[in-house]
Amino acid sequence: MHWIDYYRPRTLEACLEAFAEHGASARALAGGTDLLVQMRAGRLANNVVVDVKAVPELNEIRYEPGVGLTLGAAVPCYRIYGDPTVRREYPALIDSVSMIGGTQIQGRASVGGNLCNASPSADAVPPLIALGATCRVASVAGEREIPVEDFCTAPGTNALGEREVLVSLNLPAPSPGSGACYLRFIPRNEMDIAVAGAGVSVRLANGCFDSGRVALAAVAATPLLVPEAGAALSGQPVGSAAIAAAAAAAKAAARPISDMRGTAEYRSNLCEVLTRRALERAVERAGGTLG
Amino acid sequence: MQSIHVRTKINGQAAEFLCEPRQSLLEVLRDVLRLTGTKEGCNDGNCGACTVEMDGRIVPACLVLGAEAEGADILTIEGIAEGSALHELQNAFLEGAALQCGVCTPGFIVASKALLERNPDPSEEEIRFWLANNLCRCTGYDKIVRSVQAAAEKMQQETTS
Repeated sequence: MHWIDYYRPRTLEACLEAFAEHGASARALAGGTDLLVQMRAGRLANNVVVDVKAVPELNEIRYEPGVGLTLGAAVPCYRIYGDPTVRREYPALIDSVSMIGGTQIQGRASVGGNLCNASPSADAVPPLIALGATCRVASVAGEREIPVEDFCTAPGTNALGEREVLVSLNLPAPSPGSGACYLRFIPRNEMDIAVAGAGVSVRLANGCFDSGRVALAAVAATPLLVPEAGAALSGQPVGSAAIAAAAAAAKAAARPISDMRGTAEYRSNLCEVLTRRALERAVERAGGTLG
Repeated sequence: MQSIHVRTKINGQAAEFLCEPRQSLLEVLRDVLRLTGTKEGCNDGNCGACTVEMDGRIVPACLVLGAEAEGADILTIEGIAEGSALHELQNAFLEGAALQCGVCTPGFIVASKALLERNPDPSEEEIRFWLANNLCRCTGYDKIVRSVQAAAEKMQQETTS
């Protein structure tokens, strides 16, 4: 690896100052499972690494009933699935953080890092989009909020400016009658990259879908929110007809490529199957029954 | 930037070292501290050969910077046996022929120990999922899984007797 400088700021203020000073030559280090690999491969030109794991705001898991979850951008997967409150309130998030890499990677890799890496196949991103999460982004100039579905802009690139840092992900509190799920397809049992993935959330009321959100992985240049799939659910009776319509909308919205993991046609079909299965599971988690 | 002075704890003993900011914990363990039990396989987090425990979690040492070890508590394969008394996992791997070339073995032992501390009686499926980040190109895994099961059984007998 080329020569780097290493900083470990202990406050958000010091962290933002480091990025203000070094700009594009600085990269944030959380788990390093993407960053260090890419630096070693010579794919990144940064010469400053800012280890953000001592900044309190990037390392907290805080749940306030009625408000929601604040998930620090550097919190590793194992802390998320080890948190009883997150397990109870956000099972779709647990679905994804339990399947990213293996045990060792989960000991390091963070959801914030998975998002910033902006891979189309990132497993943590579709459930965040389905759950309506937003990104708290900060720089010395101030803060802004970005919906997760707008954060990734192309494979490997995101909406962060040169001096900005992803501080946390904010997830609304799950409303009564809601349920969510993330499913992916891989040809192995574990330790693989999604051929396709579907993250969904639903809210049920009086036997109908009150609302729904569907997001897909690995079938477009970025993780993909499919508003048409949500629209196909809204107001419809909870049952296989509405779910089939949403799954068909997901398939129609997918814009996959063919590569070594699967053909475009196969990926499109997977979107339909995964969306249907994920919706069925989300309904079950919401306490609903499929009529 | 100058080399970084890092104070840490390795296998229960205070340790300090100087490293370049770009050096991984794996490079520091092997090249600076000469703890060569931890192996380098892929050097990108896929193979698990460099697995060490850091503050109670198993991590790939190749994906940790040496500088990050400041204030941490690290366990490597060198800290598994107590003096000349091997850990039950090490005995079980020897008796079960769970290794051939041996490059993956330290990582498997460190990872398996962390599993048995959390789950003293894991199912075969739980063992295989926990060890999915450890690759072995010799054994075909069955002997490793059976050796972890054998060690788990032995350790449970010891705690109940």
